[in-house]
Amino acid sequence: MISGDFNLVLPEVIIALYAMAALMFGVYTGKDLVAAKINTATALVFVAVAVWIGFGPGGAHTAFGGLFINDAFARFAKVTVLLSGAAVLLVGQEYMVKRDMLRFEYPVLVALSVVGMMIMVSAGDLMALYMGLELQSLALYVLASFRRDNEKSTEAGMKYFVLGALSSGLLLYGASLTYGFAGTTLFSGIIQTVHAGQMSMGLLFGLVFLISGMAFKVSAVPFHMWTPDVYEGSPTPVTAFFATAPKVAAMAMIARVVVGAFGTAPGDWGQIIALLSVASMYLGAVAAIGQKDIKRLMAYSSISHMGFAMMGLAAGTAGGIKAMLIYMAIYVTMNVGTFAFILSMEKDGQPVTEIAALKMYSKRAPLKALALLVLMFSLAGVPPMLGFFGKFYVLQAAVDANMTWLAILGAVASVIGAFYYLRIVFYMYFGEDAEGVDAGGMGAVAWTFLMVSAVVMVLGIVNMFGVEALAQAAAVALVH
Amino acid sequence: MIGLAQYLTVAAVLFVIGIFGIFLNRKNVIVILMSVELILLAVNINFVAFSSFMHDLVGQVFTMFVLTVAAAEAAIGLAILVSFFRARGSIEVEDVNVMKG
Repeated sequence: MISGDFNLVLPEVIIALYAMAALMFGVYTGKDLVAAKINTATALVFVAVAVWIGFGPGGAHTAFGGLFINDAFARFAKVTVLLSGAAVLLVGQEYMVKRDMLRFEYPVLVALSVVGMMIMVSAGDLMALYMGLELQSLALYVLASFRRDNEKSTEAGMKYFVLGALSSGLLLYGASLTYGFAGTTLFSGIIQTVHAGQMSMGLLFGLVFLISGMAFKVSAVPFHMWTPDVYEGSPTPVTAFFATAPKVAAMAMIARVVVGAFGTAPGDWGQIIALLSVASMYLGAVAAIGQKDIKRLMAYSSISHMGFAMMGLAAGTAGGIKAMLIYMAIYVTMNVGTFAFILSMEKDGQPVTEIAALKMYSKRAPLKALALLVLMFSLAGVPPMLGFFGKFYVLQAAVDANMTWLAILGAVASVIGAFYYLRIVFYMYFGEDAEGVDAGGMGAVAWTFLMVSAVVMVLGIVNMFGVEALAQAAAVALVH
Repeated sequence: MIGLAQYLTVAAVLFVIGIFGIFLNRKNVIVILMSVELILLAVNINFVAFSSFMHDLVGQVFTMFVLTVAAAEAAIGLAILVSFFRARGSIEVEDVNVMKG
């Protein structure tokens, strides 16, 4: 029944309607004067919907003839996306208000892209996947060039748009070949063709194009070229958003397509994903070493982290998917905290992003320096922190799937990558004294997020706040 | 006799021209937008050809969605282009270089 179908997509419908209502409200009332209110309201709506989805009824249901799937996997990804979106909105608000950048379109665009992400992770058909992906991407292109009077921001938007449009084209070409050679766009139909042993050349080409198109969205090497420039050029709150929610959604989407449509025997796609994973880990680790700008550094850091998440995916087992989901949840938490700090980096009221400006920061703000130290150790994967356990799970999944070589390469890459995280810590505690960022300049909200995220990295090792069991249920829902 | 293979070949050729248009073009960002449209239209030819030869309507429905999204994408691309032009005063591809990536 249609009404039953609409009940399943109700969260998406509510956020979409909210976005339009917020847009109308902003236009017909105070425009940018109400921007801060709309921003907070959007974050609250995200949290409310996340709680609703998280504590709502379980089970796996499909709607609209298989176009839309609501299962534990989709719910896990949606809750992660919504919470990280809310966190980024709240963290960035003060930064934007202070610099007179907050426009009421900002939360509306974020809300629309979040709707796109929710559709992406729930897609059960190439058509739904494409529509969700485009809704997300179109909103993100505009967000990247949000400071439209700024050279860097418009350039970032332009680069993101051109490469994003190209990746959509690749993905669509793959979708058309898949449709032609499988005879259907439904994932459940494609997997039947694959299981019937008809992995024809055309279908294989379709799969390769699909994966390349999606690899753009998670900035996996060799499709990563846009990432550093877009991260550097976009306004910092937008960069924080790019580094969190879309990555989770795109990663979940890739998992859904390769496992849901091309089978759990990852002979065909496992090697492609493993190759992308190795290339991303190493390029991210090596190229970040020479970076002087912390936003560019975070870009390479996210490339490297996507490589690790893909390692879990390459294993293709329920354990691998679970490891990937846990990794993404930890990654998002670390990044929210780190970006809360980056947003507060300023000197005489002007934002700075040079890493060198952090020299001897521990003398000026010991507590914040300590929190950043915890986050950097966690990003690097140093054992007592939660980040280590994320890496441990994916490495274990790779070993369990007889991909020991991948796990060894990953361990080596994480050692190389540790260098640039530790360099930040070195600057903060041992560098020579220099005129650096001010000790103040951090609002209460950003401070709270920084501290909570750092504390989670330490306390989370006890039981991961139950995320492990949820990820397990999500992985089992995807890998039957 | 024009069969499926001919349609797929035309689509593949258009697709490749579109890709090369993005990477080899050193002149103007507008040309990149045109190349993106070319890629999407190549995909549409694929969809319609498959749809027609399989007697299955899904491909044509997909094409409708692609056309709609392509229009929205072009609108957003041009909007970003206009704001870029206002900030830089040029839309030459070589001038998109404040950040080195």
